[in-house]
Amino acid sequence: MTEATLDRRTILKLQAAATAAAAAGLQLPASATNLPTGVDATQLTWSKAPCRFCGTGCGVMVATKSGRVVATHGDAKAEVNRGLNCVKGYFLSKIMYGEDRLTQPLLRKKNGKFDKNGDFTPVSWDEAFDIMEEKFKAALQKHGPSGVGIFGSGQWTIWEGYAASKLFKGGFRSNNIDPNARHCMASAAAGFMRTFGIDEPMGCYDDIEATDAFVLWGSNMAEMHPILWTRVADRRLSAPHVKVAVLSTFEHRSFDLADLPIVFKPQSDLALLNAIANHIIQTGRVNKDFVDRHTLFKRGQADIGYGLRPEHPLQQRASGKDKPNDATDMSFDDFAQFVSEYTFEKAAEISGVEARHIEQLAELYADPKTKVVSFWTMGFNQHTRGVWANNLVYNIHLLTGKISEPGNSPFSLTGQPSACGTAREVGTFSHRLPADMVVTNKEHRAKTEKIWNLPEGTIPDKPGYHAVLQNRMLKDGKLNAYWVQVNNNLQAAANCNEETLPGYRNPDNFVVVSDVYPTVTALAADLILPTAMWVEKEGAYGNAERRTHFWHQLVKPPGEARSDVWQLVEFSKRFKIEDVWPADLIKKKPDTAGKTLYEVLFRNGKVDKFAPTEVEAGYDNDEAAHFGFYLQKGLFEEYAEFGRGHGHDLAPFDTYHQVRGLRWPVVDGKETRWRFREGLDPYAKPGTGVDFYGHADGKAWIYALPYEPAAESPDTDFPFWLTTGRVLEHWHSGSMTRRVPELYRAVPEALCYMNPDDAAEMNLRRGQEIRVTSRRGYIRARIEVSGRNKPPRGVIFVPWFDESKLINKVTLDATDPISLQTDYKKCAVRIERSEEGSI
Amino acid sequence: MTSRAKLGLGGCAAALALLIVALAIPQSPSLSESPEPLHSNLRGPVPLNEEGPAHRMTPEVNTADREIRNYPEQPPLVPHRVDGYQLDRNVNKCLSCHARSRTGESQAPMLSITHFMDRDGQFLATVSPRRYFCTQCHVPQHAVKAPVGNTFVDVDTVLRNATGKAPE
Repeated sequence: MTEATLDRRTILKLQAAATAAAAAGLQLPASATNLPTGVDATQLTWSKAPCRFCGTGCGVMVATKSGRVVATHGDAKAEVNRGLNCVKGYFLSKIMYGEDRLTQPLLRKKNGKFDKNGDFTPVSWDEAFDIMEEKFKAALQKHGPSGVGIFGSGQWTIWEGYAASKLFKGGFRSNNIDPNARHCMASAAAGFMRTFGIDEPMGCYDDIEATDAFVLWGSNMAEMHPILWTRVADRRLSAPHVKVAVLSTFEHRSFDLADLPIVFKPQSDLALLNAIANHIIQTGRVNKDFVDRHTLFKRGQADIGYGLRPEHPLQQRASGKDKPNDATDMSFDDFAQFVSEYTFEKAAEISGVEARHIEQLAELYADPKTKVVSFWTMGFNQHTRGVWANNLVYNIHLLTGKISEPGNSPFSLTGQPSACGTAREVGTFSHRLPADMVVTNKEHRAKTEKIWNLPEGTIPDKPGYHAVLQNRMLKDGKLNAYWVQVNNNLQAAANCNEETLPGYRNPDNFVVVSDVYPTVTALAADLILPTAMWVEKEGAYGNAERRTHFWHQLVKPPGEARSDVWQLVEFSKRFKIEDVWPADLIKKKPDTAGKTLYEVLFRNGKVDKFAPTEVEAGYDNDEAAHFGFYLQKGLFEEYAEFGRGHGHDLAPFDTYHQVRGLRWPVVDGKETRWRFREGLDPYAKPGTGVDFYGHADGKAWIYALPYEPAAESPDTDFPFWLTTGRVLEHWHSGSMTRRVPELYRAVPEALCYMNPDDAAEMNLRRGQEIRVTSRRGYIRARIEVSGRNKPPRGVIFVPWFDESKLINKVTLDATDPISLQTDYKKCAVRIERSEEGSI
Repeated sequence: MTSRAKLGLGGCAAALALLIVALAIPQSPSLSESPEPLHSNLRGPVPLNEEGPAHRMTPEVNTADREIRNYPEQPPLVPHRVDGYQLDRNVNKCLSCHARSRTGESQAPMLSITHFMDRDGQFLATVSPRRYFCTQCHVPQHAVKAPVGNTFVDVDTVLRNATGKAPE
């Protein structure tokens, strides 16, 4: 095992000798001094920013010189990461400088005119907006507001998401706005709303240093949240009593720290969670006082279907498909009876996990002396029963009262930098409005219309098309003018070859993609808009612990690239109110007549009330210069009205440029680290001790929910489970990280990770090319039987970052019927030796 | 000492030769008669509704050569192979060469002094637990050319362009 080091040592010695010999005859000329000349010339400008990647929300310091980013490092003053970054974060300096940056609008043209089958041709912004305007107006004409839509992102800055929501819900009167965060944490959001009546974690990252046990439920934090993992590792390795349980459907890097490693069969987490609840009850460890005072019991609707197209047999058969979110009251005894069938033996049978290991896991929760943090990400959320999984883990924290205090924390992590800050808090979902409000609630619409100064009845009262439905409606020709911003959904959407791609290329549709690089989604579009990214614009994100953090524009975007918010607001100038609203609505607010959407929504005496001179000295703000007002501040301050005084309080705009983020609710200048606990949360009413004020009754709801099988399971034709996910070195679809050569070379391509015994049985070797085929599509990939991921027999893992292997052609677009989030972790595939001949 | 160790230099040269060969072969083979006018080299010209072949797996580069960092704060890349290294709560193979006490024997670079600091910036006697999992920041490289280049320029070049003088 020391061979390699000896090799290197030998080489180093040889090199040292050679260098010495070469140097002996040389003298450096006096002019070749290596001392820098002059402090002024060498001084860098350092500014703070959040990392561009995951939901951890690390702070970074960004150095600029002569209009370019020249260095980045972890911000020592950022509480989240205290000076550390993961390898992606350390390479942030290079993500804006991929050599194929898009710098001009590109329109598909033939013979000088737009043609769906034409070649991408550079056009001016004017021409780009001309054709967009024409197509959006035509779609509005043909279908009304449901004919237009936008697919946004958990990477939108807060004001970008807010402007998009306002433009579509308030301007076009279309709720067809959804973020890619639907793929990512919609189940977590719905889980919070069902159990607590208010979204987002009650705890914060400070729980990590305060706990005695970590349980990872379908979360590979070592790769996906590496900086939080440094904090978990720090806690585990410096406090020997701390235990780490890692649960997954295959072994991965987080298992390297595990005291209790558990590999379970896909979908069986539901049975394990119920078995833990049963164990807590059977062994008399229910925190009765807590349960009596702070919880209610509900029997959730079962047999809710799989979010497939209505004609699918699985949908036809599901008895509860029309009311998946329903629940009826039940007693504690009823609940105890309900979970009593989930014995360790039964859970062991369903999950394939030894009963004694389930018991060890259950004891971490049941033992009143052990503080426990549960972490989860896509293993729970990308799950056709993802909302249930979220509810069930809250059940076991609530039964034991292990919640809302330092170290006791059920903690849903997010994958995108502003999944919380933008997608959830701004409410850029097809059913949501800011501050946890929904379009289906009359009061919520009225409140929104009041803040937006729009007539009553502007916002439609039905949810629009969600992510998966948008693709289906594109394919079916019902959604004709479509805008995609800050995401790569052709690579990210499940079953993309049967739904997404035909939808984008449907001749009825006009698809606009705003992006930084020519992603596969951009290449499937009709019009590509070159976009400014990260520190090329002023921004704000909200991380997984409710931390809102800001950054300034630090450099200029290249060529004609413009920020997403610039694009949205500039495009709004193209519509007169008469183009988009019916006469009777205009009549309710006659002063809107004859105005443009820009004048009604943005240049309206409110959003435009801050002058460009309020931008902090020393920083550019291209939008303020262009529009003549401090757009970001105006949008943020209006948005903040929704939450202030309602449990979602945000600090004043300027404060966030001075601090390393603050966790909302920010009341009297103070952030809130633990919600619902009297004394820690200003909203918890005196005398309650714990106040789950999200529900009007002040209680958290414990749900009785059964184990139900996955939408598609392996069979003789398709004998393997396929699960997908990410790798440490690449973020999401790889459009940024694969353009950093060091990260590309670290993990050049997606591999198909497979159990060596499965490979041997099929006479396949490591490195061989295979086809991974499902009922929907295939990819070609190389087999890996060793390395960081070790699937059990019958399971393969393929990451989705690699656009040359679109694994989402293979996955199934089944969703959780409550959250409408896709299950990317479970479908049935077969493996075949590739016959095409390889290169 | 095994026979393989004696062949160490030869093995290294072979890896280097492989690297050179890999650099010379274009990564995006022509797969289509009429490639799309606009495509990304990350996918190549394969139409979106088709799937191209998978490139052969490439070995990790295995040298002692250190790459210049893009900026001082960048974690150094791992210039050698690490596949098969045990790195878990029981064993950290990286430290068997890079720990302070082992660098005399190994002549490997000692881990940065920052790695002895805890979350509060205090120095510890040994490597900080928060820095324990090396591969979160330090990654090996495969012998391939990145299909999309990067126009990042380091600060020395920026200064040179700005002042007309070489900073070093």
